Amino acid sequence: MKRAKIGPWIALFLGTLYFIVPLIATFEFSLRMRRGEYSFDAYAVVLADARFQATFGYSTALAFATIVVGVLLVVPTAYWVNLRLPKLRPVIEFITLLPLVIPAIVLVFGYLRIYNSESWLPMTSSERLTDLLLTFGYVTLALPYMYRAVDNGLRAIDVRTLTEAAQSLGAGWPTILFRVILPNVRVAVLSGAFLTFAIVIGEFTLAALLDRPAFGPYLQLIGANRAYEPSALAIIAFGVTWACMGLINVVGRASHGQTPKAP
Amino acid sequence: MAFLEIEHLRKSFGTLNVVEDFDLAVARGEFISFLGPSGCGKTTTLRMVAGFETPSAGAIRIDGKDVTEAKPNQRNVGMVFQSYALFPNMTIADNVGFGLRVAGRPAAEIKSRVEEMLALIKLPQLGGRYPYQLSGGQQQRVALARALAVKPKLLLLDEPLSALDAKIRVSLRQEIRQIQRELGITAIYVTHDQEEALSISDRIVVMSQGRMEQVGTPFEIYNYPRTRFVASFVGTLNVLKAQVVDVSGKLTVDGQPVATAAHLDGTRPGEIRSVALRPEAVSLADADGESNRLHGTVEEVSFLGSVVRIRVRFGENAVSLDTFNKPSVPPPDRGTKVTVSFARDALLLLDGDAT
Repeated sequence: MKRAKIGPWIALFLGTLYFIVPLIATFEFSLRMRRGEYSFDAYAVVLADARFQATFGYSTALAFATIVVGVLLVVPTAYWVNLRLPKLRPVIEFITLLPLVIPAIVLVFGYLRIYNSESWLPMTSSERLTDLLLTFGYVTLALPYMYRAVDNGLRAIDVRTLTEAAQSLGAGWPTILFRVILPNVRVAVLSGAFLTFAIVIGEFTLAALLDRPAFGPYLQLIGANRAYEPSALAIIAFGVTWACMGLINVVGRASHGQTPKAP
Repeated sequence: MAFLEIEHLRKSFGTLNVVEDFDLAVARGEFISFLGPSGCGKTTTLRMVAGFETPSAGAIRIDGKDVTEAKPNQRNVGMVFQSYALFPNMTIADNVGFGLRVAGRPAAEIKSRVEEMLALIKLPQLGGRYPYQLSGGQQQRVALARALAVKPKLLLLDEPLSALDAKIRVSLRQEIRQIQRELGITAIYVTHDQEEALSISDRIVVMSQGRMEQVGTPFEIYNYPRTRFVASFVGTLNVLKAQVVDVSGKLTVDGQPVATAAHLDGTRPGEIRSVALRPEAVSLADADGESNRLHGTVEEVSFLGSVVRIRVRFGENAVSLDTFNKPSVPPPDRGTKVTVSFARDALLLLDGDAT
């Protein structure tokens, strides 16, 4: 009986090693900037770098914009598909999965071809418009994650009956969407939002080819030119991503008390 | 004038007619049940009254006002769902007060109305809890209070007890009926449970395949079913094939003469027709000269505790009859030759032929 349990533990141990060793090695290397002793000098250099602050701030702002646009696009769509167009679900799911199949480089070349300064909709003609284009691009890249998160949340509640119950009590569509449906899929929306945030912070291709000062291209630039700072940046990026995952868990647990009980 | 009028209501999904020519007038304060098997159109009819489905044809009027085209949130109709449909993110008090908040009522009025409603459903102490902290029966009572809080003109209940266990079903249906009587609200109750419909309704609409089979009081529906479907769906029933001898009421069952109390209007001598007989109307005991008698053989004996159900075969036909268990009289053995008797008025001619 005991022997049978050893196998899974070995697998778990090897799996943990596979993920942890490179991380520890990166962390350890990031501490070696000062000769002969460990220090956080690399972190201090990175954090003091104005370009770090600027690019991180830029990417954070775009991440929030992406989340807002994504939520406004995905929540009503997923709600309507669940409520009135369940037969369209496979089609919508296929569409939302396309960004995983089409590489970002293809997407951005498509954007440049359609929205270049010579086109009928020159979205690359000014920085603000390019930021907008980049935000829409991020929304597309995050679509598979945001849609799945929201759709799972909606499937966990009885959307149709809750909508009808609210309607019979006199509620109109805005009340139903914002006071009944959204609060009950809050955790799902937040999961999608945090995943979106993690994607946008690390994204390189779209930002680099649209020539915007985002965090992804900065990471690449530092990685190509410095020794210790890229490791420090990698650890910071890990930290940000993990913090997002942790927040999903915390929010998920905090709202546990609102989980509907199956009838 | 009736409080709720449903006229020639029809609903089709593509080529499929789900509800056909549904006509009903409901008086103020009446408790009506729509009874029928799954897919008979009862829920679709209720949903058309609620406004969740648009009729393909026909009209619905509530208190003289045509609501056929009105949106669900403009009808002032309270609805209780099978799955309770309480809002999981709100407390019980917030759930009950939701409709009043939507209507923009003052906070003090909402508070007092919520307290009144929670007292009505005998859960005054649970206002601060969330739905998941309540049992199924409690959640359904809250759903009822939520639907009633806005003082709707009409209360619609869509199989509200189906998700609950048997004991709670019985007590809650009595509670629903008592509250409905207390408030004098007009109610429509959808169920596939004939016992439920018989026990709480003023009138029952029996439905099958989108059509109204019969409308009547529980007494009429049970004792005088008009169609074979109603007879077989409501209660246990023996359906026998009988040959018409004389339209004055004479028939034969497997060659043995029987008679009905009423004339066999619409039949011809020699025709084979279906007749119905309730198990409790048949007896093994000897009867007076007026009653029908059939000679047969005991085919099956089921001991059900206080009742013994005996199946007697005459030939092609057989009847089940119920007798009370008497410790001093053991039930007959299988194969015993017996004579069963039943009153003439217990034998009911059903619409349609026997095939």
